[in-house]
Formats: sequence, structure tokens, C-alpha cells
Amino acid sequence: MAKDKGSSASASLPLLGKRGSTQSPDKSKWTQRMKKLRENYPYFVMLLPALLVVFLFNYLPIYGVLIAFQDFMPGDPIFSKYTRWIGFQNFIRFFQDVQFWPLMKNTFLLCVFGFIIGFPLPILIALMLNALKGRKAAKYLQTIYTAPHFISLVVMVGMLTLFFGRYGLVNNIIAGMGGERFSYFLESSAFRPMYILSSNWQDFGWSAIIYIAALSGVDPGLHEAAIVDGATRFQRIIHVDLPAIMPMVSVMLIMSIGGLMGVGYEKALLMQTDGNLGVSELIATYVYKQGLTGVPDQAYATAIGLFNSVINVILLIIANTTSKKFSENSLW
Amino acid sequence: MAKKMKVSNHAIKETTGDKVFYAVNVLLLGLMALIVIYPLYFIIIASISDPDAVLGGEVILYPVKVTFSGFKKILERTDVWRGYLNTIIYTVITAVLALVVTIPAGWALSRKNLPGKKLLMIYFIIPMFFGGGLIPFYNVMSQLRLINTIWAVILPAILSVWNLFMVRTFFEANIPEGLVEAARIDGAGKFRIFFSVVLPLSKAILAVMALYYAVGQWNSYFNAMIFLQDEKLYPLQLVLKEILIASESTMGGSGETILEQYRLANQIKYVSVIVSSAPVIMLYPFVQKYFNQGVMMGSLKE
Repeated sequence: MAKDKGSSASASLPLLGKRGSTQSPDKSKWTQRMKKLRENYPYFVMLLPALLVVFLFNYLPIYGVLIAFQDFMPGDPIFSKYTRWIGFQNFIRFFQDVQFWPLMKNTFLLCVFGFIIGFPLPILIALMLNALKGRKAAKYLQTIYTAPHFISLVVMVGMLTLFFGRYGLVNNIIAGMGGERFSYFLESSAFRPMYILSSNWQDFGWSAIIYIAALSGVDPGLHEAAIVDGATRFQRIIHVDLPAIMPMVSVMLIMSIGGLMGVGYEKALLMQTDGNLGVSELIATYVYKQGLTGVPDQAYATAIGLFNSVINVILLIIANTTSKKFSENSLW
Repeated sequence: MAKKMKVSNHAIKETTGDKVFYAVNVLLLGLMALIVIYPLYFIIIASISDPDAVLGGEVILYPVKVTFSGFKKILERTDVWRGYLNTIIYTVITAVLALVVTIPAGWALSRKNLPGKKLLMIYFIIPMFFGGGLIPFYNVMSQLRLINTIWAVILPAILSVWNLFMVRTFFEANIPEGLVEAARIDGAGKFRIFFSVVLPLSKAILAVMALYYAVGQWNSYFNAMIFLQDEKLYPLQLVLKEILIASESTMGGSGETILEQYRLANQIKYVSVIVSSAPVIMLYPFVQKYFNQGVMMGSLKE
């Protein structure tokens, strides 16, 4: 009788005791996890296209990098018992390539010089715009400075030919004054300045936006305090504005250094002529030519590309570690 | 209405040092503006000037012997107009697909209770710093049988991890948790919440993302160059590449015929620069507000 009472009592309280507390711990974790997944399945549906796109166009190619270590012909399987592994031969071949040092030098110099001019310029412009007295004027100027960003690479290089080509504006003026036309595009000496200055012309306004945004968030009280302390406008820039954007500058610095060696091959490709190949052939343009033009040597091109990627990662890690040591700002 | 706290410029007199600073500042910024504007201005006046005058270096500050023959010639070029049409198609499809792919994923990633969130973030972050490279990318396209189709140009462009994180940051900062919670209590499922609560509040990020993706696709040429062999599929930038650049790398000799060729070729160049860039540049001031918002969203972290 007591038993019946007990069982009917538990029957009338059906919810208690089914919560898993009477089940073994392993089963409970598993069912909890499955329950969580099932509950949140809409999020996975929302993520599915993005996951798929990244898988197809970012992770599958990473798998394809394996051919750098193989004697690969298009159509060969990448990972089977038939693949012919040759280890680092492709890399050694690259290091011994007569183009190796020119490529490294060209890529390095182009990127470093571009960085030296291109990194501080937006910061300077942002600081200067921020120091303007008229807010409307600052907005107008910002619109003007940002316009070139929307010009495509093809049009930009096209504009370069219209200004510096053999029959471009500069040469037309020179010829009009009786001078001799100078082939800017066929001379090695003109390539880097043209490339770097035009890139900066195009991008400084757009890059400045992020610093302008950071500057607009500066507490006006800080400026007032500085004024009361007798600071000149210039001193206010150094002591109030600059520290305010330092975190942003550090992050941008790390990201720029990480991507340094990968910069600009699409533009260089457009600007290359027979005359300037000595300075305009970059690692990435060489990869393109070796892998997709002429008689393609895919394994070799992939090896070079992998080498380039590895350098980028190393640079990124160095930049991040250095930033961690000297300031509190870093990417991770 | 709160009154803006203005620092009174009259209470503390401006030093001469400051006056000089401001003057120099304005001067340099003005100079910069000229440097930016002049090339664009030159292209415009050169496109409506007589080609001989341009070649002779006479056109510097104003058009000389105004003529619209260049524009007439461009109207006749079917490759330019087909390129224009193709680019518009590619851009619209890219923008639409990009929104479908990026926005929901950004919302999911912004949810604190998303299982496996850390893993998912790592999954998306790795490709930002390391990739397979050009050749493996080409091979994947080849194996997917997308070479020489419009999808080779569109699909790689519909997700940028940068943009994905920007969307996530936007949702984290702008959709109040309480609102979501209230909808949940009212019995709305996760899909319902997304479509009925989140999307209506997301107009700003939708606009910014559509613009970012659209401009990116409009201006791109490289993927089209390596994947498209059929000229009828060429986007505008690829057609422009032939018009603007391919002709410059030939060694210039001397002689009348070369000069003549350049004269006519350059005229087409000026016009094609305008025809291709004008829509984007003219639209830009109107949408600048959204772009600035977008950058601010991206820079807002925790």
C-alpha cells in the first residue's frame, strides 16, 4: 500500500526527476550538447553559406598547396599513392633561380617605400583635418580626398599613362617647350615613384577616415584642459590627439606589416612594360606568370606563392609580438 | 536641449604661433586638395578638347577647341557597352548574394550563446592571414568547372571576412539584448527574430555592406582576367584594360602614323575614364555618410 502511494505520488508530479539528475553524468553531457545544437540550429543554417564559401575558396586552396611539394602535372591527384613527392625541391629551385634576388629586392623595396610614405600620410592628414577650425570645410576636404579611392586600378594606371605616357600631359608640355619626351613607363627609374605616389594619391583619403573617426571621439575636455595649461595648437596635437589614436595606429601598423609583402601585384602587373621589368617584376607577378601563362609550371608557382605566404605570417607574428612588448596594443 | 559647451575663443587670445599654425595647416590641406582635384579635372577638360591641342600640350587649365567627337566614338564601341552591362549584372548579383551570405552569418556570430563560437571565429580568421595562393585557387575553380563562367567572378567576391566581422560588430553594438529577449519570450523562434526584429533595425549595415561589395566588384579586373576567356563575358574593367593600357607598352617609334594612332587612342582613353568612373565618383558624395558610418562600426570593438 505504501508503495502504491509512493508511485502514485511520483506519477502526479511527472516533471520532477526527468531533468537528467537521475541519469549518469556522461549521458547527461551528451544529451545536453545535442539539445544545445538542436536548439541553435537556425544559427547554423544562417552560417552555412558563409562556411561553404570560405571552405571552397579559402580552405580547399590551402589543401591544394600540397602540390608545391610534388612533381605535379595538371590532372594528377593531389593526395594518393600515385603522387610523386619531391619534398623541398621546388623551393630550392626558387632560391637558385636567377630571378630570386631581383624578385625579393623589388617586392621588398616597393612595399617598404610604399609603407614609409603611405602609412604616416593618412594619419597626418587626419590630424590636420581635425585641427581645422571650420567643420564644414573639413567635411568638404574629406569628401575630396576620398574620391580617388573609387577609381579602379585599371583606370588609375590608365590615368598614369595619360599623364606620364609617351604622349601624355607631362611629355606634351615638355615637347611643347622644345624638350625631349621621356618614356616614364619604359624606364626602370620611374616605376617605383609612379607606383607609390599614385597609390598614396588614391588611398590616403580613404585610409584617413578611420583615424578621423577615432579623433572625433576625443574628449573635448582634454583639449580644454590643455588650452588652459597654455598649450599651442601644435602641442595639443602631440599631447592630446596623437595619444588618442595610438591604439588605432598600432593595430593598423600590425596589419599593414603583416600584409606588406603581398601588396599590389595587380597594379604592378598593369604597369609592367618590357622596359621596367627589372624593377616591376614582383614575387606575386612572377607566380602569376609561372603558373598561369606561357607553359605553366603549377607546382613551382605554388611553391613560390607558399614561400611568400609564410614570409607574411612571420612578419605578422614579429609585428604583433613587438607591439605587445612595447605597448598594450596587439591583435592577439 | 543640451547646450553645446563651446570653448570661448575670446577669453584666451590666440598666440601668433597658433595663427601661423592654422594658416600653414589650411595652406597644406588646400594644396593637397588641388593635387587630388587637378588630375580629375584635367581628364574632364582633355576629353572635350581637340586631340591635337591635347597632344601639343596646350590643354592645361581649360579645354581648347571643344569637341564631343570622343564621346561620339565611345558610343559606337559595342565592347564598352557590353562590358558596362556585364559589370552591372555582376555587381548586382554579387551585392545581393553577398548580403544573403554575410548578414545572417554576422548575426549568428554575434550571438553569445552560439555553440562552438570560438572554433567558428578561428575558422574565419585563419584565411585572413594565410592562403593557398593563386595557383591552388585557380585549380579549385577549374575543378568546380567554373572557368569561363560568370560564377568564377561572382562567387569568390560574395564573402569578405573583414565585412563579416564588421557586421558582427554592428549587431553586437546596435541590437539591444532586451529586444531580442522580449521577442523570445513572446514565443518568436530564432528565424522569426532575425527577419522581424533584426533586419528592420539593420538598414545602415545593409546599405554599407551592399556598397562595399558593389564597389569592390565594380572595380575588380584580375579574377575576370584569369578566369574569363569569352570576350562577351568581359566586365568593363577588362575592356578598359585593353583600351587604356595594352597600347602603352609597345615601344614608341617616331613617325607620323604612330603619332596619329596615339592622338586618336588618347582621346578615347580620356572619354573612357570618364564614362567608367563618373557614375561611381558622382554617387560617392551621396553615400559618403554611410561609408563613414561603416568605418566607425568597424572600429568599435568591445
